[in-house]
Amino acid sequence: MTAPGPGREDFGARLSVDRSVPGRRAVDVPTWRGAKTSLPDASLLRDSLALPEMSQGELVRYYTALSERNYGIDSGTYPLGSCTMKYNPKVNDLIASQPGFANAHPQAREEDAQGTLRTLLELRHGLAEVTGLAHVSLAPAAGAQGELAGVLMISSALEDRGELGQRRRILVPDSAHGTNPATAAMAGYTVTHLPTAENGSLDRATIEQELDETVAAVMVTVPNTLGLWEQGIEEVAGLIHDAGAYLYADGANLNAIMGRVRYGDLGFDVAHLNLHKSFSTPHGGGGPGAGPVCCTEELAPYLPTPVVEECDDGVVRLAAPERSIGRLQQFHGNVGVLLRAYAYLRALGLDGLCAVSGQAVLNANYLRTLLHGHYDLPYDRPVLHEVVFSGSRQRREHDVRTYDIAKRLIDHGFHPPTVYFPLIVPEALMIEPTETEPPEAIEALAQALNAIAEEAADDPDTLHGAPWSAPIGRLDETTAARRPVLRWQDVGVSEAVSRMSR
Amino acid sequence: MSSPHPYIPATEADRARMLERIGVDDLDALFSDLPASFRDPAIDLPPALTEPELMALLANRAGQNASPSRPNFLGAGAYRRSVPSIVPYLVSRSEFSTAYTPYQPEISQGTLQSGFEFQSVVCELTGMDVANLGLYDVASATAEACLMAARATKRQAVCLLEPIHPGTAGVVKTYARGAGLRVDTAVSADEITDEHACLVVQQPDFLGTIVDLEPLADAAHETGALLAAVADPFALGMLKAPGDAGADIVTGEGRDLAGAPAFGGPSLGLFAAGLPYLRQMPGRIVGRTRELHPPDDGEPRTGYVLTLQAREQFIRRERATSNVSTAQALIALGFTIAVQALGPRGLRESAELCYQRAHDAARRIGALPGFAVPERGPWFQEFLVRGPMSAPELSAALSERGIAAGLDVTDRPEPEARDALLFCVTEATPDAHVEALIDALAAIGDGA
Repeated sequence: MTAPGPGREDFGARLSVDRSVPGRRAVDVPTWRGAKTSLPDASLLRDSLALPEMSQGELVRYYTALSERNYGIDSGTYPLGSCTMKYNPKVNDLIASQPGFANAHPQAREEDAQGTLRTLLELRHGLAEVTGLAHVSLAPAAGAQGELAGVLMISSALEDRGELGQRRRILVPDSAHGTNPATAAMAGYTVTHLPTAENGSLDRATIEQELDETVAAVMVTVPNTLGLWEQGIEEVAGLIHDAGAYLYADGANLNAIMGRVRYGDLGFDVAHLNLHKSFSTPHGGGGPGAGPVCCTEELAPYLPTPVVEECDDGVVRLAAPERSIGRLQQFHGNVGVLLRAYAYLRALGLDGLCAVSGQAVLNANYLRTLLHGHYDLPYDRPVLHEVVFSGSRQRREHDVRTYDIAKRLIDHGFHPPTVYFPLIVPEALMIEPTETEPPEAIEALAQALNAIAEEAADDPDTLHGAPWSAPIGRLDETTAARRPVLRWQDVGVSEAVSRMSR
Repeated sequence: MSSPHPYIPATEADRARMLERIGVDDLDALFSDLPASFRDPAIDLPPALTEPELMALLANRAGQNASPSRPNFLGAGAYRRSVPSIVPYLVSRSEFSTAYTPYQPEISQGTLQSGFEFQSVVCELTGMDVANLGLYDVASATAEACLMAARATKRQAVCLLEPIHPGTAGVVKTYARGAGLRVDTAVSADEITDEHACLVVQQPDFLGTIVDLEPLADAAHETGALLAAVADPFALGMLKAPGDAGADIVTGEGRDLAGAPAFGGPSLGLFAAGLPYLRQMPGRIVGRTRELHPPDDGEPRTGYVLTLQAREQFIRRERATSNVSTAQALIALGFTIAVQALGPRGLRESAELCYQRAHDAARRIGALPGFAVPERGPWFQEFLVRGPMSAPELSAALSERGIAAGLDVTDRPEPEARDALLFCVTEATPDAHVEALIDALAAIGDGA
């Protein structure tokens, strides 16, 4: 292999182990000066450990360089549809990292964790108000785990009604997030897909046709993944309840409707929220999140353990609901994330939440207007928090795929939108600007996307090879999956690493 | 005419201009699809706070928790660790912390290459072939391990070996119910049968004892079951890698090396397995690859992508290996940096320091009149303490002296746990706290 020229450093080829020099160290460990206890039998101990040896400064430089090869919401506009990449207020990080909160031990007596527990109690009340569903467990670690909780709660309720054996189906719209059908399957149900009607909402006739005594629940994302309101959902809720089934809300898109309309009022029985989306907690490159589950009185006895409750003596405690589906985590949930979400809720208040949803919707529609005509818009009507365009025209006329458009957008300094989702829109470009982008940023994004649409006609090859200005060029994902290299041990670096020996 | 909130930039003038461009009269027109009779419900939330007010409120709240400087001997799943200073520093770089799942690899190499480092570190510590990018926590990772074992063996039951953390056992039961799996608990590997997909063993076990995994792996394999080890990655700095002892799947909790416990989370579920199970694994996986279109005069450079995604929910939907989407990537980054900062010698020295300090404290407590430290075998950092009074009374007496005692485990079935508290001393427990504990116990013993 020839050495890369100037400006083309093969940074990815130099992992920590390739930077390792035997004998270097980044931290010292105190020496034990007390009486020595003999170690357990050697058969229980390891005899080698191959890890890199780097000095502190080198390690900091390596990870700093890595951070510079990353794009976060602080780097620029990040219009990833369905993911709600809004600005993450720094004060929330500061609050959660206060030693009193950060060092609270999960096995501490409740009396010793009242600051955390009271804050969680107030978050619980706040989420109940925002969703119109009075009962909340903050335990789920992420949206998908909140979904699993919700569906298992429905299973428990059906079991107590003696109908679990017969109700084995869950209906899921074809526009749903993949987690919905995956969750239903994990909870042991068969999934029936519901087609989306021409107006972008659920097809009521199909639901009526499918609803029978074998249906346990209908899982609906509101607003849906096309960024559209589910029209007539409050009437569909009635039909579902008449058929003896439950209505589940995937609250991933709560951002659009916060403060304006509530799941409980519309007839939903259970909902999960993604606090790392609507409530602005940092996504961390894919986690952690938090996915509280909120429900009606009827389902409250089944909520996951624990729920936070204020007792008669004024002490806030962790409780196990009477017929709980059980635990979802070893401890009490992603408390550090929940504290940030609480701070966000308190910083906004009701007026602030309404301002958030209002501006999120205004921004999405502004973007829709600015892009209109340049890309196909399969559902051409006002949207809520996001808008789904299609690159079908560019594909058909210029052999440019949405994939290429997304990669080219990187050269314009933006993170690309979500692509190829929802599955019902071919060559989908799912764009969610969020309320924290100023109009100038939305205009710049639209300008870039529209310039790319023109470029697709004039110079498609530039799009096919994009990105050109990223830290690395387009990567070979096919070979990555066909011949997986998943750890440094597979690359053959062992001679660079000294093996620790006893 | 200002913006409505510091987090929302658009001013009244901006909004008017945008509405005009869209061609609607007011914001309400954009919400016209929402059913009118349900619009704008009464919502009872406290009024908004400014930043100084918010910080004051929550500083006060943090102060209502027990002081972080109070002596604390709780472990039982969450352990005080000496986290290298560079960990919080690097993890708080917002290029890492404010990124999403790396769907666009060309501008996500930071997350992805760090993820590859993480997978490598986890494989090295556990002795396994492949690791994913992390699951929610050790308990949900162990539940996923059980589901994976059931898929791999096509069996409908799993066997948990006691003593196992009740939180872990609880989550396994929650997940097993959906999958229709039976969960048995056993006190001996003899109880495993050919109905079990896996034997789940905690290392060190819930009461702190170091487990010899090899005979357990043999027992599991004899019946065609897998061995799933739930191992503390810090203890693995010194203990034999479970993979070298015959484990097929290893899970663990990575939170404590990456930062403070924060009342239990966010956590980091480690998940590693043998190569045969790669395509059955849950969660995100990073793979190494190269550029597709290098310039004419250049070699393709190395990069990292999310890979083997055909297992995952957003592609496979109801046929996915799991519904999981979130990977705890930021905690995984902190874990990776901590392990690499310690390095091969530092991790071993830290684990041995932890072992020495815990044993020294236990020996001193066991020597106090009226106290006993019942042992069940070699142990790592947690030990049982039986005092001259009942476990709850001893715990309360320590609490009165400003010390958080070890967890009350007197309800456990193991005879050694009767009337006992499970204390934890680690490499990071301050010396002064240990002295305060011993003084307090001595005083309590004198008074009893």
